[in-house]
Amino acid sequence: MAYQMHFGPVLDRAPEFVDGTINTILLSGQGIVIGLAIGLAVAIIRVEGPRWLDQIAVAYIEIIRNTPLLVQVFLFFFGLPYIGLRLSADTSAIIAISFNLGAYSAEIFRAGFLAIPKSQIEAGLALGLTRLQTIRYVVIVPALKVVFPALTGQLTLTLLGSSVVCAISANELTLAASKVESLTFRSLETFLVAGAIYVTLTFVFRFTYWLISLWLFHRKDPARFQIAGALPHGQERVEA
Amino acid sequence: MPAVQLNNIKKCYGALCVLDGINLSVEPRDVVAVIGQSGSGKSTMLRCINGLEQIQGGSIDIVGHRIEPGTHSLRSLRKEVGMVFQSYNLFPHLNVAENIMLAPRVVKNVPKQEAWETAQMVLKQVGLADKVGAYPDELSGGQQQRVAIARSLAMKPKVMLFDEVTSALDPQLTGEVLKTIAELAAAGMTMILVTHEMGFARQVANRTVFMYKGQIWEEGRSEDLFAAPKTPELRSFIAPNLK
Repeated sequence: MAYQMHFGPVLDRAPEFVDGTINTILLSGQGIVIGLAIGLAVAIIRVEGPRWLDQIAVAYIEIIRNTPLLVQVFLFFFGLPYIGLRLSADTSAIIAISFNLGAYSAEIFRAGFLAIPKSQIEAGLALGLTRLQTIRYVVIVPALKVVFPALTGQLTLTLLGSSVVCAISANELTLAASKVESLTFRSLETFLVAGAIYVTLTFVFRFTYWLISLWLFHRKDPARFQIAGALPHGQERVEA
Repeated sequence: MPAVQLNNIKKCYGALCVLDGINLSVEPRDVVAVIGQSGSGKSTMLRCINGLEQIQGGSIDIVGHRIEPGTHSLRSLRKEVGMVFQSYNLFPHLNVAENIMLAPRVVKNVPKQEAWETAQMVLKQVGLADKVGAYPDELSGGQQQRVAIARSLAMKPKVMLFDEVTSALDPQLTGEVLKTIAELAAAGMTMILVTHEMGFARQVANRTVFMYKGQIWEEGRSEDLFAAPKTPELRSFIAPNLK
């Protein structure tokens, strides 16, 4: 006899799913913001930093990229108390995800930096900019443009990968789904719903990245410059 | 007092010295053309003058700054020495106005309104006032190079260095860029130009330097140097250019 799908009992648990979804958004959102900040800093160190700092950066990247996220999550959760940091499962999860994304995105950012011709950097230096100012005003935006598809792909992996932190019972969607499953015994239906929510989430996140790309890479309307004496629009990015 | 003085500078890669004891003195308002074969050290010399390359020996005095082997703080020098490159090097994500305003805003903290007015002024100077909102890839090579010159001018440099700035351009676009440089020369800008445009060197530069194998082989007033080359190397170098 074929399996009869019953979504009723699962959908009755909608509040749990909503809660889990919100937690997944918060968890991934914070992990992505912190992870990208780490990644950018590490990439700059790798390109511009002194040798000893570069070697530390390489060690960090290699350790993270050669161990599973789940193991990292356990190590942060069970390891941090040893150095006196007693953190909640949720906080440990954010830290683990941030450091994981930091290593992967550092290499993506670095690829972008290396794609920018040396002559662009020389032009910035010749104008009197410091190396860091050159990175900030000359290199970062074109570099990001080159690696944007790779970067958003990595961010999607981070969003979906956040499901593994249910292993330390950090609050998020997969943990919520597991609870619903154990209450309803409707395993297939539960994870079909969870899967559908993940698909929706990735679409929402990707839409957000697209909006960010419009903001980062948009071209200003030349017509605005024709108004005599008017300040060019959108020079905020050029401000010191 | 010279605006630029190179005192016996050396630039070596291992045993190979691409600059082997260069002495050169450039007075304010001088326009010095540097000619010579590819690989003779012309561009390297120019890049040493604003510290894009480190020197291994000698010293450079330039508008009150001194570069020696190991000198690292070059920012104050670069604020006063403009450089224009063969490959234009405009910043592709910034429009013309932003390209020009970036360094005054970031390096000199010039207020936005003032930077904007300067940008319009220098663009007018290079004949591109109507391109203020264009992006680099919307401009021809010649226009991009003139914007690069304007970008350099916006820092109000005391000396300008031109590194084969027309080598990537066709004859017509070369003409428009050279016209801009000639106007700067007429306005009294101190300039050192590495160039393959012999006719231009002859007309616009009051002095010409011929480099050969990492050394200054011959130098003098442009008309004398081209009319009566003393060394056989210079004679054979400019021979194809003689009508």
